[in-house]
Amino acid sequence: MIANFLNIAFSGIAYGVLLFLMAAGLSVTQGLMNFLNLTHAVFAMAGGYFAVTLMNDLGWPFFATLPVATLGAALLGMLFERTLFRRFYGADRHLDQIMLTIGLTFMAVAATTYIWGPNPLPVRLPSYLTGLVHIGFLDLDEYRLFLIAVGIVLITLLILGFERTSFGAKIRAAVDNRRVTASCGINVDRLFMFAFLIGSGLAGLGGALSVNLLSVDPNFAVAFLAYMLIVVVLGGQNGSIKGALGAALLLGVADVVGKYYVPQTGAFIIYTVTVLVLFWRPNGIFAKS
Amino acid sequence: MRLAVCFGLAFLLTWTGSASAQPAPIKIGLIYSYTGGSLNGGRIVDAAIETYMRQHGDTIAGRKVVIIKRDDTGLAPDVARRIAQELIVQEHVDLLIGTVLTPNASAVAGVSTAAKKPFFVMNSATSGIIAKHPYTARFGFTTPQITAPLAHWAYKNGMRTAYAVYQDYGPGIDAAAQFQKTFVGDGGKMLGEARIPVTNVDFSAYIQRIKDVKPDTVFVFLNNNGGAVPFLRGCEQAGVQKAGIKIVATGDLVDENYLPAIGDAALGLITAFHYSAIHPSPANKRFTADFNKVAGGQFVVDFGAVQAYDVMDAAYKVLTAQNGNIDPDKTMELVKGMKLDSPRGPMIIDPQTRDPIENVYLRRTEKRGGMLVNVEFETIPMVKDPNES
Repeated sequence: MIANFLNIAFSGIAYGVLLFLMAAGLSVTQGLMNFLNLTHAVFAMAGGYFAVTLMNDLGWPFFATLPVATLGAALLGMLFERTLFRRFYGADRHLDQIMLTIGLTFMAVAATTYIWGPNPLPVRLPSYLTGLVHIGFLDLDEYRLFLIAVGIVLITLLILGFERTSFGAKIRAAVDNRRVTASCGINVDRLFMFAFLIGSGLAGLGGALSVNLLSVDPNFAVAFLAYMLIVVVLGGQNGSIKGALGAALLLGVADVVGKYYVPQTGAFIIYTVTVLVLFWRPNGIFAKS
Repeated sequence: MRLAVCFGLAFLLTWTGSASAQPAPIKIGLIYSYTGGSLNGGRIVDAAIETYMRQHGDTIAGRKVVIIKRDDTGLAPDVARRIAQELIVQEHVDLLIGTVLTPNASAVAGVSTAAKKPFFVMNSATSGIIAKHPYTARFGFTTPQITAPLAHWAYKNGMRTAYAVYQDYGPGIDAAAQFQKTFVGDGGKMLGEARIPVTNVDFSAYIQRIKDVKPDTVFVFLNNNGGAVPFLRGCEQAGVQKAGIKIVATGDLVDENYLPAIGDAALGLITAFHYSAIHPSPANKRFTADFNKVAGGQFVVDFGAVQAYDVMDAAYKVLTAQNGNIDPDKTMELVKGMKLDSPRGPMIIDPQTRDPIENVYLRRTEKRGGMLVNVEFETIPMVKDPNES
């Protein structure tokens, strides 16, 4: 019984880490710029496609593709931000933002289909990442262990960077009050650009790390968008890394554990959790009251 | 003002009527899904129709055949109903064909009944949806039709306990219910079931459940857009097959267009279906060769393609028999009991239910010449839907 639960909670945590990587950037950019970015899942999809293309067509080892996928998605995000998104900043332009970014998502789905074809891409990972590790009575999936390890390192770096560096302090200041921050001589526009770069890069890395667990196909950007938005809403929409982390882990574990123990209920679990949490804390779990 | 519009319209109608020296074209309205994850299936159907028209020409009785294509955007019965109405009222189509998903098929069938417009269903595989629609006939399959033989096979080959995982919508529920009925009827025991949301992305919980329940066999229904890749690769990595649990499924799971991405995780899978791309027959060889010319390597034939091809064949047959015209009642008389020499094998449209009676094949996924294919190893001839006899 306990072994079953631990096995399944482990899967849920790995899924939560994946959700966190993909959605953290969205949480930061939304908190920072109050910009509703429905294109964010495209950066995750791009990371997945970059990684698989480098592996399949150029024969790169899986680990070598990860930094390239991260960088590629980051640059793509920055390109979008510099050329398009920055023209639509402003709290009164939410509808414009939604129309623009969802339109871009559909265009990205079509472009991906055009370049890579409509079918899912085959993925082959090194065999030492695809077996099971037996620890006592637990059967742990090696890939998920790897995912969680990567997640711990990144989360530590992010939290330290956010709370201990001057860049992090500037971002937190801009989230709290953009005008005062700008009046202190901080170039908020540049800050936005770098936040976007990091957020898109994280999504790209999340996408690249997901290729072994999910299907790399053009529908990816649409299939994952809802989950990312739930993470952001539950996380508090205030650009807090810890908020996004807590929400992603809660969602990942609730989803997997719920499906395991009450498979009859299908998808209801995560929506139920979402609704209950929002009743309890309408501004998200980690929102400042 | 209103009068002026009426005159204008009348003028326009007479003008377009007299301007065309050629006889009016035969219009076939195609309703299919081309949006998002359905795009692939839509393009395959387009290619299959193109294949048929290249083989058989695009004129019947001196009139040009025109396909008027509409996107129902996926699971959206209201959209399907509206575009079916538009095709009839504005485009004056002679015949409706298409639909992937059952709710959309039901919506279009309702319009077909009200307008007395024959509707040939390509895919939508839930039992019983066309019974009350006299101008609707189905050329695909029903999930119970292929699941019952699969359950018999599993029991006959020594499997006594089973677990079912299936997508939580019409065909999935149908498929699992039929598997359970047949398997338990033969003497087997069901150890439980899991309903997977249609939009599911992470399968680890279901895979863990299968491993913990340890059935002799697990019956899987995931449609060809439903995550076959992550599910089967997850099973392989978690060691489901190695634990001696046999995966059996409807053929959707190993759609030929998804096999390369599933990879070796598909090896040894037993599936039941009405069509395999490597079905050994001259009709299929010709169909796949011509289809590949049209598709240009973008995708390969699968069951969606063969169903669209057969619907075109049926449409051409009824149109030719009526000299290019469509009389609804006469058309349905022609359809009932119609025999098609399909690339999938022989098929007859049941005169009572207007559903297809066709061979069901048991296949094993194997590697041949470096490619994964579904090899037919047993044929159950001319199967009827077990619920509609």
